[in-house]
Amino acid sequence: MSSTVGSRRVSVREALADNGALAGLLVLVVALSVSAPTFLSTQNLLNVGVQAAVVAVLAFGSTFVIVSGGIDLSVGSVAALSAMVGAWSSAEAGLPGPVALLLGLLTGVVAGLVNGALVSYGRLPAFIATLAMLSVARGLTLVVSQGSPTTTPDVVSFLGSDLTPYLPVPLLVMLVFFGITGFVLSRTYSGRAMYAIGGNEEAARLSGIDTRRQKLVVYALSGLFAAVAGMLLAGRLSSAGPQAAVGYELDAIAAVVIGGASLSGGVGRATGTLVGALVLAVLRNGLNQMQVSPFWQQVVIGAVIALAVLLDTLRRRTR
Amino acid sequence: MLLSARNITKSFTGVKALDGVDFDVRPGEVHVLLGENGAGKSTLVKVLAGVHSPDRGTVERSAGTRLAVIHQELTLVPRLSVAENLYLGRPPRRFGIVDKARMRQGAKRLLDRVGLSVDPDTAVEDLGIAQQQMVEIARALDLDAQVLVLDEPTAVLTGTETDRLLDIMADLRGQGVGLVFITHHLDEIRRIADRVTVLRDGRSVGVLPRGASVRRMIELMVGRTISEQYPRRRQDPGEVLLKVDGLTRDGAFHDVSFHVRAGEVVGVAGLVGAGRTEVVRAAFGVDRYDSGRVEVAGEPVPRHDVRAAVRAGLGLVPEDRKGQGLVLTSTVGDNLGLVTLRSTARAGLVDRRGQRERARGMAEALRVKTSGLDQPVRELSGGNQQKVVIGKWLLADPKVLVLDEPTRGVDVGAKVEIYELVNRMTAAGRAVLLVSSDLPEVIGMSDRIVVMAHGRVAGELPAGTTQDKVMALAVQEFPA
Repeated sequence: MSSTVGSRRVSVREALADNGALAGLLVLVVALSVSAPTFLSTQNLLNVGVQAAVVAVLAFGSTFVIVSGGIDLSVGSVAALSAMVGAWSSAEAGLPGPVALLLGLLTGVVAGLVNGALVSYGRLPAFIATLAMLSVARGLTLVVSQGSPTTTPDVVSFLGSDLTPYLPVPLLVMLVFFGITGFVLSRTYSGRAMYAIGGNEEAARLSGIDTRRQKLVVYALSGLFAAVAGMLLAGRLSSAGPQAAVGYELDAIAAVVIGGASLSGGVGRATGTLVGALVLAVLRNGLNQMQVSPFWQQVVIGAVIALAVLLDTLRRRTR
Repeated sequence: MLLSARNITKSFTGVKALDGVDFDVRPGEVHVLLGENGAGKSTLVKVLAGVHSPDRGTVERSAGTRLAVIHQELTLVPRLSVAENLYLGRPPRRFGIVDKARMRQGAKRLLDRVGLSVDPDTAVEDLGIAQQQMVEIARALDLDAQVLVLDEPTAVLTGTETDRLLDIMADLRGQGVGLVFITHHLDEIRRIADRVTVLRDGRSVGVLPRGASVRRMIELMVGRTISEQYPRRRQDPGEVLLKVDGLTRDGAFHDVSFHVRAGEVVGVAGLVGAGRTEVVRAAFGVDRYDSGRVEVAGEPVPRHDVRAAVRAGLGLVPEDRKGQGLVLTSTVGDNLGLVTLRSTARAGLVDRRGQRERARGMAEALRVKTSGLDQPVRELSGGNQQKVVIGKWLLADPKVLVLDEPTRGVDVGAKVEIYELVNRMTAAGRAVLLVSSDLPEVIGMSDRIVVMAHGRVAGELPAGTTQDKVMALAVQEFPA
């Protein structure tokens, strides 16, 4: 120990050693390049990006929640509800596309605020509050849609389209939200407060941080990001489905955790979550390329999630 | 010799925690391990216990010797009963089913041995921290250890509880148990130690015999002479900065009034459970109160609103450093910047460069022993962690800083540094409220002492009073 106070430099080697998920992603890419020749084609890599986009944007929202020590199980349902509200406003209520889109996004924010209010002012455990929202939002999606898919307005369909043959819009959206997430987490008061609250809520409160209001912000962001992900998903199909994004909350949580975040809070980064979402997408894509049955795919993906976190835990322990 | 360690060297990520240390334990002795936080005491204990294997050197135990360690952090399961905790993992069984009657009996016997009179069916979380400590010790006794290591067991105990613990230790010594005792309280060492091994920066710098002087122990420990243990520099007080008037919360404290002037240190003394922490938490807006008022520099502070209290110029260094003071998952820099995070942010954006510069300046000014601002705060020793908690408040420059047990578990050298910080604050015209169970500290550092008993102010004493006078007020009874 020394009494000097300096800063730490990070080399590429350290970054790899420090981030098991990134190393895992590289191993996965190399292995698939060898075993599935079509994997490395430009078209397929773009596909991976597009497939990753929806889960990644959901997971960025979940990163805020998990860093601040909470959990959001409702993001899949909120994504579906937001997309459905957007589609319905345009197709059934006849509102202009951009207004419909905004209404859809607003829906996500409102759902998030309700989650946040239940958690911070109602003192419900996050697991319970968002589990309830998972059910309520899915139910409302069915109510609004009357159970059938609804056509999305052009502006939403644009989100799922390709700008040029080599530039899919979902990929762009994912990168933009990656940037936003990193910025919020490292540069904003709310972002830094998330780490403090997740690490030790009482210490944060005793340091004058308004933990309740900050938790509202956290869940509102999660809801907003879920709505964006819902729009991406619906845009890809030009249709909002009542059963869209079922179970996606688990992929989002898996991506965050593979990315090195701790479910007990206080730890997590945007880059980690991006890598986590890519790991899931690459794995799914690669298994498809190798024509592994979808039944077995689920088994493999589950095993990979467990393995990723296990390795991470072991690495931390040996340090 | 029950246990003998020779030439132990142990490094963590290139930093030598122990460097050629010899240490042994004989049957029927109390061998004190003394040193500042970070001197290597805990590492040595872990090597003795076999948790860490040394890079060099050997640890030999005589055949059949068992070793039990009672750690600073308690390892009880809060929701389980005392009896269940005592027999955790090895409950007495009959036909594979837990024999509750026998467990309860055994528990009673063990509790008697440490002089703790509680119902074995009480949940551990309902016990005070001192009682929990006793349960921990009782459990170690039942493991029939020949070597018992006590890592700062008295840090959370009151005077009488400490007396009882020392009696138990003397009793065990008489039974031939070898005790390794880690404590920062030099008077306890004078009372019970047979030998004292002093560690400094991972080396053993001396073994002192029974009856060594306090001055000698401090010298060896810090490597220099500390002229005064309580270097309080008093000055003429100014205007009233903190005024607490008739603060009351049913069942916790009643009609508590006191004030602190600029440049003044007011001590709050009292027994554990007298309501001291409750009062300062309520005044700081952490908890509610039913009636009364709090003013900072003449302005009323709203109830139950920590942020308003911070804005009004109050700061609180809480008694539970790890549970309430630090974000252990974060870095030294982030912890130092916690209080100023909001006030220095512009348009919701954190002033990253400024926060880092201020944190660096504070870490240097407080001489925090750290490899850098990016070091996780959990890796620091207790004294350095406490400096970080105090430092985050100093950065916010509060008018009144409340220190609740600021030197608990902190070594002599760091203690004096914390006292100097108190001096610096009052010299700058700020006020300090010092809540402490350490009587010599309250008496040595305060300009006035408010003594609390049973949730009320029992009286006020001037600087330079005696421990007897403080205790006489602290045990005062009030008519119901």
